[in-house]
Amino acid sequence: MARSGRRRQPMGARRRRPHGNVPGGEPMGRGRAAGGAFCSASAGGGRASLAPLRRPRRASLASLSAALAARPSRPSPPSPPRSMAGLGGGLAAFGRCTHAVVRALPESLCRQALRSVAGPEVDFARAEREHQLYVGVLRGKLGLQVLELPADESLPDCVFVEDVAVVCEETALLTRPGAPSRRKEVEAMKRVLESLNLNIVEMVDENATLDGGDVLFTGREFFVGLSKRTNQRGAEILADTFKDYAVSTVPVHDSLHLKSFCSMAGPNLIAIGSSEAAQKALKTMQQMSDHRYDKLTVPDDAAANCIYLNIPSKGHVLLHRAPEEYPESAKVFEKLKDHMLIPIANTELEKIDGSLTCCSVFINKASEL
Amino acid sequence: MLREEKWLVSQFPSSRSTTPLLLITSSVCILGCAFLSSASKVLCCYPVVIVDITLQIKIPTEVKVSVVIMTTEVGSETEVKKDSEQLGPDKAKDKPEEASETPGDQKSKETFSGEAQDSSVPAPTNQSSPSSQKKEKSSPESKGISRFLPPWLKKQKSYTLAEPKDEPKKKATGEEQVVEESESQALEGVAQPRKSLEEATENRQNAKAGDKEKHSISSAEIQPSKEDGKETEVEEVAEKKEEKQEEKEKRETKEVQTAEIKIDNVPQKSPKKIKTVQCKVMLLDGTEYSCDLEKRARGQVLFDKVCEHLNLLEKDYFGLLFYENSEQKNWLDSSKEIKRQIRSLPWIFTFNVKFYPPDPSQLTEDITRYFLCLQLRQDIVSGRLPCSFVTHALLGSYTLQAELGDHDPAEHSSDYISEFQFAPNQTQEMEEKVAELHKTHRGLTPAQADSQFLENAKRLSMYGVDLHHAKDSEGVDIMLGVCANGLLIYKDRLRINRFAWPKILKISYKRSNFYIKVRPAELEQFESTIGFKLPNHRAAKRLWKVCVEHHTFFRLLSPEQPPKAKFLTLGSKFRYSGRTQAQTRQASNLIDRPAPYFERTSSKRVSRSLDGAPMGISDQGLVRDFSAAGGQAAGDKIIDLEAAGQAKLKEGGREEDESPLKTPQLEFTQDGKVEYEEEEAQQKRHASRAEGPCTGVSDADKSSHETLDIVEEKKQAEFGIEETLVVDETNKGKMQVATDAGETCKVEHVSKKDSSSLPSDSSSSSSSESEDEEVGEYHPHHRAIEEVIREEQEEEEDMKRKEHEENTQHVEAIPEGSKPVPVEHTQVTAEDLVQENTITVATEEKNLSEQIKQDVGEEKEEEQLKLNGDVSHVDIDVAPQLICCSEPPVVKTEMVTISDATQRTEISTKEIPIVQTETKTITYESSQLDGNAVGDTGVLVSAQTITSESISTTTTTHITKMVKGGVSETRIEKRIVITGDADIDHDEALAQAIKEAKEQHPDMSVTRVVVHKETELAEEDED
Repeated sequence: MARSGRRRQPMGARRRRPHGNVPGGEPMGRGRAAGGAFCSASAGGGRASLAPLRRPRRASLASLSAALAARPSRPSPPSPPRSMAGLGGGLAAFGRCTHAVVRALPESLCRQALRSVAGPEVDFARAEREHQLYVGVLRGKLGLQVLELPADESLPDCVFVEDVAVVCEETALLTRPGAPSRRKEVEAMKRVLESLNLNIVEMVDENATLDGGDVLFTGREFFVGLSKRTNQRGAEILADTFKDYAVSTVPVHDSLHLKSFCSMAGPNLIAIGSSEAAQKALKTMQQMSDHRYDKLTVPDDAAANCIYLNIPSKGHVLLHRAPEEYPESAKVFEKLKDHMLIPIANTELEKIDGSLTCCSVFINKASEL
Repeated sequence: MLREEKWLVSQFPSSRSTTPLLLITSSVCILGCAFLSSASKVLCCYPVVIVDITLQIKIPTEVKVSVVIMTTEVGSETEVKKDSEQLGPDKAKDKPEEASETPGDQKSKETFSGEAQDSSVPAPTNQSSPSSQKKEKSSPESKGISRFLPPWLKKQKSYTLAEPKDEPKKKATGEEQVVEESESQALEGVAQPRKSLEEATENRQNAKAGDKEKHSISSAEIQPSKEDGKETEVEEVAEKKEEKQEEKEKRETKEVQTAEIKIDNVPQKSPKKIKTVQCKVMLLDGTEYSCDLEKRARGQVLFDKVCEHLNLLEKDYFGLLFYENSEQKNWLDSSKEIKRQIRSLPWIFTFNVKFYPPDPSQLTEDITRYFLCLQLRQDIVSGRLPCSFVTHALLGSYTLQAELGDHDPAEHSSDYISEFQFAPNQTQEMEEKVAELHKTHRGLTPAQADSQFLENAKRLSMYGVDLHHAKDSEGVDIMLGVCANGLLIYKDRLRINRFAWPKILKISYKRSNFYIKVRPAELEQFESTIGFKLPNHRAAKRLWKVCVEHHTFFRLLSPEQPPKAKFLTLGSKFRYSGRTQAQTRQASNLIDRPAPYFERTSSKRVSRSLDGAPMGISDQGLVRDFSAAGGQAAGDKIIDLEAAGQAKLKEGGREEDESPLKTPQLEFTQDGKVEYEEEEAQQKRHASRAEGPCTGVSDADKSSHETLDIVEEKKQAEFGIEETLVVDETNKGKMQVATDAGETCKVEHVSKKDSSSLPSDSSSSSSSESEDEEVGEYHPHHRAIEEVIREEQEEEEDMKRKEHEENTQHVEAIPEGSKPVPVEHTQVTAEDLVQENTITVATEEKNLSEQIKQDVGEEKEEEQLKLNGDVSHVDIDVAPQLICCSEPPVVKTEMVTISDATQRTEISTKEIPIVQTETKTITYESSQLDGNAVGDTGVLVSAQTITSESISTTTTTHITKMVKGGVSETRIEKRIVITGDADIDHDEALAQAIKEAKEQHPDMSVTRVVVHKETELAEEDED
């Protein structure tokens, strides 16, 4: 049996959820008709002819230009949803979140944290400052409810909460991290997610490994990097957990995680690094997807890991690496005119393969309150 | 039994002005006829038996009155008729009066007529309008037919044969009483096959055409018949609708009627056996539809019946399935005879969605969405469409809203939900969630709830994915999923690869192997072929067919013609012959009927109608099954009792030509680059070709080839696979050369004409496919360039941009004349910087004699219609709005010009701004008229051209009068050029233009609309 976990009876089951969130509650904007990938931008202007007569021609031209616009520096302006049938909440639901789970840094991370390459030691104080800034942005600037787990000195990598849970809508998959030393990190995460009344699925299969850092959710589908930390079995369990979505696997060779060189920078926008490995992975993803994503290519792989959020009062928010760290990449981000850009430095955790997304798990519980 | 019956009462003038004759027909048979007095009272009525090719009324006196028309010209009858008349002339004449004089008698007659009127659709109107007709739809059960047949009917055969003696008179009197007593029974005798009526009609029409064959029948009837069975079986098939049309026409001219009378009388004594088979179709709402079909009926006949029963117009998304065993489902090919496809399986089908529309909101009618919902509910409950818990709950709640309406705490007690099934494993928790969500949908109408259901369901990753088990080259179990976008490869639940249709150059199968040839990736030079191993050869073929159909339906604008038959070709010639999605969308845009009422049935029922038909019932088993229930009626229903014996002959012996050619697996030969270039070149040539016209000559040529082909195929099958393969390969090469040449030819031809006025390709789709070809090939890109649905070369977007640039290049180059430019580009040149709509509205008027002439040529035309790939035929008899919606093939072509590789290299692509040039040709046309247009060359009588201009439109009206074979035809072609920038709503302008054209010539019909859209769009500058 693929799914090894059990689904908890959520206490929140009685609560109303916004129906639009299910499934694929991402905006239908950007000129994409509701037809999904097939009708999507790839068809460009041509598909206008398939539309009912009454549909204004101009709309299709818009979608055409959107289709052709997949150039790195092109901003992806939000456009009003076209599909009416839809789903109130589904509109710009991608990136929506109300809660964030983070975890404090243990001092042990300086010496004991796993790292792919030996290098300069982590400056703990600076790392802590950076992390506090990060949490501060989430809490203060964006108004999220930040649930901060205490550090556990026995778990040097525990700050990277992303790897231990994949949350999509109301379901959370607790992973079985690829690094055995990290498996215990799951427990604290489990507790906090339970407190949020999520449907929780645990990955207990001994043969499965999955790091959340290998999971890219685009709003329409999942891509799972098959890396040193994540195997096929883990991906299968993810697929069984999130049945609504296609789950495609992407081989990842040179990096720690899939998201070491990519992330979502907008509802339909994939930020991708320029390295050969990154570009190859992007090709794979494009090939596997029925949908056509815009891409935002940044010169530095590490900078391609950014955090996109959709905050009701703020609109598109993008947390990206600071210009001091990656000036060229920052310039690219700065071209995103419709995003509220928040540069965040991450110099210290980067030394131990940490990137921006690694340090948080986002949950959207707004609907029920 | 009669509840669902719709009756049709047709009125005919009678020889007595006071007594018009009424024909009461059901969908299945003619129930009876009656004479009306001037006061519309029924004077008498008689059950009617359909015998052989004509309708025949059994009147107790044994005087036969030809049903159809009763006019004066009886004198011109055959001797046979006279004989019979002489037997009881007096009675015959007196009959009506007698009836009216007998009060009791008459009362019962009135009852009859009353009943008939009640159930006939709008009966009063019908009576006053002789030609009013109605499409019946019904599902008569055939059980127990014979029980209801009055004795005289059962003995009918002996009567026909024996009556020329004096005996009848006495007997007849007795019979008369029987008839009267059993009037109600006669009414219930409904279950006689409807086909027989159709056949009768058809035969009449044939006879009218002066067909020799009829004469042979008429002579045959004198010696009690045995051969006629043969004769008549030859020509059934014809579509009911057409026949009705014929019928109507017949009534319109008097000459025709006289002709009919003769024929009608002729066959009275030659009873004909009509073989019908009972079909069962499991519908999506869990109910069952059954009907009788001619044994040789094509799939389309059944499918049309089912859709009619369901009141479904957007039917192209649906299909009929039959199960070979519990796992293997096959789609019934509508262009082929049913019995050839299902072999010895029972005639049990499942009505299912075949092509899941990627965007259900674009469906026109709620009823279509409703059926799609039903299908998806089945898919979900059966687990074929996996959903998360939350989605199950959400979809379930929409189901409840659609079926129960708003949540009502009083009415909906806590467990009202557990009666429904929403998920394969439904839990209490889920039901609670469903109930909770249901409350939030307050106010949604059922249609809205369905729409919401679909909006959510369509996003599920497995929506519309047809999965097939397979193994990859390393023997690993995988699943191949065919969907609207292409082919998906799954391993367990994970998608491990995907081949979008634009990436696939060729789909083929050989024995149990399935191959796709994939376009080379960006930096690669050669295309690669990927092979998959299917469980068996039939599975491979099934997958291949599904791929061909999906590709055609979703990617092409019009169905591809089946491969041209060449001498010694091998392999399946199967092609999808229905409408494509583009066509069906166009057609449904024309649907103009009030939203049909339908009842949503509870999904309580859905759960029980899951996967399919009972298996392992043999044909005979089914027959027995039915006979047990219904007495004599059986799978093969024989009206002619004499033939009943023959009926017992098992028809089963279908050509089991599945020669188990198991040979060591052969390597798939890759045609390599040559073929690819070939295709490129062809694509280029195709680029601006609307649709090559195909002359009748070449058609004939083709079909003869095809026949040959089959023979050849079978021979080779006997020899063994190795030889076959050799031939196959040599063939390939030849074929391509030949095709190439052919194409060139066509292009030239086309370029001479105005592309917008070209008729659509009517080449042969003759269904000579043998079920068991070992190989099949399909080149998705043969015509891919014509698609509206532009290729999505996702990862090759740069390349795409190049293409656009090249387009620009061409457009610019032509005026300079500095480059040798392929013919097809000229059209693009014409309108460089404007967006243009060219609408050619051809209206056509035909006078009656023309139609009659059409009748004469019926057989030919019929063939052409089928060839045209037009599945739904125009039904002239239905209400006008229905005509609109079944107005057939909407052909759209999109022309995107792509230059060949050599040119590509010459052009520096960097600096040129991106210009999007879009050319779109939409052709609406009636294939029926098309056939004429192609086939006949008439004499031009007059032609005039009028041009008028307004701000944004230029209208050119071209009127031609032609005389074709003594028939004059007026054709008006309007060419309307709408020029303007993107601010003009072209679609609206188009609609307006069509409307105007219709208004200007109310007496004419729009037969073709060609839209030629050219868009120029300057792309924003690159940063």
